[in-house]
Amino acid sequence: MNERTPRRIDSPKVQARLRRRHRAERRFRLYGRVSVIFAIIALAWLLISVGASGLSAFTSYSVQLNLTVETQTDIGRVNAGEEGPTSRSDIIQQSVLNALRQSIPHIDERDDRDRALGLISMQEVHFQLNEKMDQSDERESFSTTLTVPLSDIADQTLKGHINRQSPEAQRPISNEQLVWLDRLRAEGLIERRFNARLLTRPDSRDPERAGIASALIGSVMILMLAAVIALPIGIGSAIYLEEFAPESGLGQRVTGGLEIMINNLAAIPSIVFGLLGLAVFINFMGLARSIPLVGGLVLALRMFPVLIIAARAALQAVPSTIVDGALALGATRSQAVFGQKVPIAAPGILTGAILALAQALGETAPLLMIGMVAFVTTVPTELTDPATALPVQIFIWSDSAERAWLEKTSAAIILLLMFLLLMNGLAIALRARLQKRLL
Amino acid sequence: MSEWSFIAYMGLILLGLIAAIYAVTQFQALQRNLTQKPGGILPPRARPEDQGGLVISVIGLTGLLFIALAAQFRPQDIEQSLSFDVGAALGLILMSLVLGFLFIRKVGPDFAARFHLDRLVRIILIVLSAGAVLTTFAIVLSLLFEAIRFFAEVPVWDFIFGTQWAPQTAIRDDQTGQSGLFGALPVFWGTFLIMAIAMAVAGPVGLMIAIYLSEYANQQTRRIIKPTIEILAGIPTVVYGFFALLTVGPSIRATMAVLGFDVPTQSAISAGLVMGIMIIPLVSSLSDDVINAVPQSLRDGSMALGATKSETMRRVVFAHALPGIAGSFLLAVSRAIGETMIVVMAAGRAANLTINPLESVTTVTVQIVTLLTGDQAFDSAKTLAAFALGFVLFLVTLNLNLIALTVVRRYQEQAG
Repeated sequence: MNERTPRRIDSPKVQARLRRRHRAERRFRLYGRVSVIFAIIALAWLLISVGASGLSAFTSYSVQLNLTVETQTDIGRVNAGEEGPTSRSDIIQQSVLNALRQSIPHIDERDDRDRALGLISMQEVHFQLNEKMDQSDERESFSTTLTVPLSDIADQTLKGHINRQSPEAQRPISNEQLVWLDRLRAEGLIERRFNARLLTRPDSRDPERAGIASALIGSVMILMLAAVIALPIGIGSAIYLEEFAPESGLGQRVTGGLEIMINNLAAIPSIVFGLLGLAVFINFMGLARSIPLVGGLVLALRMFPVLIIAARAALQAVPSTIVDGALALGATRSQAVFGQKVPIAAPGILTGAILALAQALGETAPLLMIGMVAFVTTVPTELTDPATALPVQIFIWSDSAERAWLEKTSAAIILLLMFLLLMNGLAIALRARLQKRLL
Repeated sequence: MSEWSFIAYMGLILLGLIAAIYAVTQFQALQRNLTQKPGGILPPRARPEDQGGLVISVIGLTGLLFIALAAQFRPQDIEQSLSFDVGAALGLILMSLVLGFLFIRKVGPDFAARFHLDRLVRIILIVLSAGAVLTTFAIVLSLLFEAIRFFAEVPVWDFIFGTQWAPQTAIRDDQTGQSGLFGALPVFWGTFLIMAIAMAVAGPVGLMIAIYLSEYANQQTRRIIKPTIEILAGIPTVVYGFFALLTVGPSIRATMAVLGFDVPTQSAISAGLVMGIMIIPLVSSLSDDVINAVPQSLRDGSMALGATKSETMRRVVFAHALPGIAGSFLLAVSRAIGETMIVVMAAGRAANLTINPLESVTTVTVQIVTLLTGDQAFDSAKTLAAFALGFVLFLVTLNLNLIALTVVRRYQEQAG
């Protein structure tokens, strides 16, 4: 017998509870805002930190060397006890040192010579001079002007990534090298320019010479092969499952099972597809490791469940009356589907295909499994040449500790993200066109 | 000429043949239609396009089969391969012409090509769909086969409950077990720890984003924020890994150094945190769908009784959407368990059995990568262990996905 007197709405107790509830409401709303802001800040932090460390890799410092190259290797002179170069690499070293002496006197001690040469990418000097020396036709000597990149430590110092104030033992560049570097710069021999090597050269042991060319070509080959295999299979199965699959009896159960399988395959970790590739293509079929052929096959397998789901969604978006109309006019089912429905769904299917390709472009783990982590210094020309892929190149470079590699890695990431942005932009533009047409 | 250029040239020849035969067939069909039924009405089954389409489908398929076989039996020797190539090209042309001739004799108003074409198209599509089944079976079989070989050497019980994971050691005979130690418990534990950290970030944040976007944000905000957050899903995982290594790990290390802890750059917390950020859009977009599928009448009823928006959300909508949200969390868990690059780059490789998230731990995927990225004999216990781990990973994620997808779908159907 609990006789409750009705509480008045303006009683202090009710008002207090109402205030409490409204505070809870505001708090809840705040949690939502904070979550959204957290996600956006995380995204911005990621993009800014990678972007800030990578932008400087798109330019690099080069030094202009006025070389006088003595092409005659004179072993006789050495035997006679005179000083003189004996091999081609000695000739090159000698002429570079002579060129440097024009700006930096007194580099005679062995240590000093090594330090002075350490400022320049000697591999690049060899690379550029070798061709000229082959053409030089055994003339006595010739003069030439080369523009070669500075070595990674010099480049990083000029970019301000190495702290000049820290004690000499803690930085990779010595005091003398700093002085020489500044002198070369004061004489106007050093300039900063666009680093085309980043795009046109394959990987290298020297960060100043390394580029993403072999990774880029490898990625293009892998993606093209994956597209050629996965697009027909993926789109074909999507059309079958959506339009031709039996809708009753045993057949229906089989298709139902197939559907579950495909949805599951799309959510299986990609590294499992790599294991499959390793076991089937490399171990069982005996294909070589680290080649775009296997990479393309593995990524095709990875792609097509994603593709089937996207293509089915595009087909489902087309009203079924279109097929019914065609059937009523006496068309066969395949005429109705391929003549009427597929053309309408085509932009949607294409959008899904581009998104699946973009996802495949970023895939790394399955490619690691099939051995694409090799150090590749040639640009692949065939599907069976050793190659690497853009994300794998990023992984390989990220393993190196030097500051110059960090910059390279971030630059490669910027390029990868730009490609992805391009593909996604294309997909969005296609979708916008499709929507406009349907309205 | 390499094998691939051979295939390319043969493909070009086939394309040319197809174009020519299609044109001739269509022309013939048209002419016979006109001569045999002058002035009459043609039945739709006699469309010349269909007759041409059937011819080129048949010739295209047999041609592709021919090229595939020819590439298989092509000799490596350069001089032999030249005569082989010429022979193969002539064979392809001859075969296509004979097939084309046989067909062209039949075309005309009485040849119901489109029904044959329909049947052919169905068969092609069925064959293509079988690809999905084949992939699944290939995965299961290849993993199962290698895993069985591994468990013949290492007992299942030791693998699942052993606490010592040291597959790299044991070079000398007198060391503990010549085959190394394969107790995977620390590996499973590390996977679980990182997954738990990732879910602790992605779960609440993703869910709150979904609630905010579906219940609070106006159309304008939603249109901007939703795609922005989904950018997170489009960034490749190797980029997240580098972000953890470059920025997050050092930041955590510096913060903890201020507090007096010595934390390695590669730690469970940095990998888990970054993985959580990566999974946010997965949780938020799936939960968003589920929340939107809750009937509006439930919300209206709750609001009419005087509940605030958040009370409606927590007590009515959330309760109703719970199975679907649980499903989206399970999918996120499955994604976190299978994620590879972030943990390879940011979690370290030491197999620690620890609950301290500031230490470095290892995961199933990291161990698979570590075991398989060296040069080693394919059937060593080390390599087989990677397949056993892969098999466990496959089974766990498969089951999680099955449960999650069933729950989400049933829920969506019920709501829709």
